Amino acid sequence: MMKDPFGGILLNIAFRVLVPFTLVYAVYVLVLGETSPGGGFQAGVVMGFGIVLARLILGERATIFNIQMKNSLVLAGCGTFIYTLAGWLTLFGGGKFLDYSFMPVHMEPAHEMHALGILMIEIGVTICVMMTILNIMDAVVERSDDDGRAE
Amino acid sequence: MNLGAHSPVFIVLLPLSASLLCLALSRLNKHLGAWVVQLSILGAFASSVASLREVLAEGGKSIHYWMGNWAPPIGIEFAIDPLNTSVLCMITFISLVVSFYSRPFLQNEDWLHYGGYYTLYGLLTVGLCGMTVTGDVFNMYVYLEIMSLSGYGLIALGGKKSMVAAFRYLLVGTIGASLYLIGIGYIYAMTGSLNMADIGQRIQPFVHTPLFAFAVACFLIAFGIKMALFPLHGWQPDSYTFSHPGAAGFISGCMSKVPAYAMLRYFFYVFGVHNSVMEALMNVLGIMGICGILIGSVMALAQYDFRRMLAYSSVAQLGYIAVGMALGNVHGFIGAVLHLINHAFMKCCLFLVVGGITYRYGEVNLYRLGGLNRKMPVSSIAVVLAVLSMVGIPPTCGFFSKWYLMLGAYEGGQNIYIAVLVISSLLNAVYYFRIIEQMFIQREASLPEIHEAETGLGLPVSMLVPIAVTGLAILFLGIYSSTLVTNIINIGLPEVLIK
Repeated sequence: MMKDPFGGILLNIAFRVLVPFTLVYAVYVLVLGETSPGGGFQAGVVMGFGIVLARLILGERATIFNIQMKNSLVLAGCGTFIYTLAGWLTLFGGGKFLDYSFMPVHMEPAHEMHALGILMIEIGVTICVMMTILNIMDAVVERSDDDGRAE
Repeated sequence: MNLGAHSPVFIVLLPLSASLLCLALSRLNKHLGAWVVQLSILGAFASSVASLREVLAEGGKSIHYWMGNWAPPIGIEFAIDPLNTSVLCMITFISLVVSFYSRPFLQNEDWLHYGGYYTLYGLLTVGLCGMTVTGDVFNMYVYLEIMSLSGYGLIALGGKKSMVAAFRYLLVGTIGASLYLIGIGYIYAMTGSLNMADIGQRIQPFVHTPLFAFAVACFLIAFGIKMALFPLHGWQPDSYTFSHPGAAGFISGCMSKVPAYAMLRYFFYVFGVHNSVMEALMNVLGIMGICGILIGSVMALAQYDFRRMLAYSSVAQLGYIAVGMALGNVHGFIGAVLHLINHAFMKCCLFLVVGGITYRYGEVNLYRLGGLNRKMPVSSIAVVLAVLSMVGIPPTCGFFSKWYLMLGAYEGGQNIYIAVLVISSLLNAVYYFRIIEQMFIQREASLPEIHEAETGLGLPVSMLVPIAVTGLAILFLGIYSSTLVTNIINIGLPEVLIK
């Protein structure tokens, strides 16, 4: 984790406003991805940005955002697995790989199922991208911390 | 869900899902992730065999699997034909065998490294299988990157010096991948399609244009870098030498063969070899192949590090495949494909043995292997089989691929290729027989034991069995090579050669 966070009273107050909005905006970008500009990758970047911001300012005090490197690696894998899971579900539903018309849920009209499949993929991508960004940050911070306390 | 109908997608999907989950499962139990990855590779192997049977039952007609049921050329498809299923069977089989072999090397690692290793290993399998099975040029780029990135990781895991080797490969490999992407860009500009079969038809009016020549040259350099063809092989000796010893067999066996197969697929199935640009390109490829054979063999002769010698030998052997392609006739083509499959097993077997020696004694100097036939009998016999095959002595498989290459060279009236093949076989004999001499004739070298012999045969069972299996595979591939050629490769010959 960041050994020397560069927060002061001003930054602390400012980020308290900024971070929640960043995260909410990320969810907005994620959910509207299939009909408007945006999507999983962008949402992941924005969400990752929010967490990186919190960590930079608070350092180790940003407790809920301090996901350890090994956990973020695991979650990045799981996020991408959600993507493939969408493909597995369509296979179990009797269709071809990623053929959303065969998602094993009943929805009217049929294109809702496509939207659901795409949303599932976007969620997977979001988690993967967010965790990868945290990983990159951890790797950079680990190198700059002298005493090697960072994991 | 009809399993048989989905077998093409399972080849890639099973290892992909397993390797993505591997770290999470390893977190629960150190060994769980590895087992799941191995199980998935077994599933991929079964799917490859099922696809092969299916495509042979169809009489060699290729089977297409549309992703998301989107019809090509808009959608992405997996195209299964006799040739790529046999390559897939080779990849998944070697991957499965080597995955057991890696275990003893990882005993003392924590869950993160244990799981991480198998994640990368599974992803490497995904990349290789995906490159072979896909029928979409851009999709192939994605798999090429998956393969390369996981390959960089596995090479970097090898130890201290491996970092530099991996970084060097990363730099060179990225240039290769970029050139491939540029090539795709030009092809797309000309044809407006990314589907291989579709490009094959639409490209024909453009085959005499300079743009086509430029795109094809990009492909040649891109795949040349990835398969370590002669002047582009600089990254390869270091990478093979310092890669993780557990994965070296798989990396050296398959990672250079799949780009070679991809090149073969583009040149013979998509672009066709009977136009002026491709004929000129084939000449270049042939010259690169010849130089690679000669220089690789001579460099191998000069090495005393066993692994480095094998790496340079790989440069020479990839030259054979290039020469087979450059001949541009049926026998040359068969020789190239056969050598692609055979050499994967030979090199894998030899690297597994080297890994075994490293595991037991930490020794890689090939002049310090005296008396190894008594300490590690199974490995020594496997080395003998692999060496005979490398030199080209029947009934091992290496003889048959060289035989087809010679036939092709004779048919094409290319005497220089015949001369080079003979010279290089002699050089092979020189540098490979000295290993056998060291192992069987020289007096026993005193080597400090790093790991105790867990069995009477010198190595743990999980390492012995892969060595024995790949050794026997060399023999079986030799004995059944006529079956392989008549029943599989002949059926899958490209149309341009049959006419």
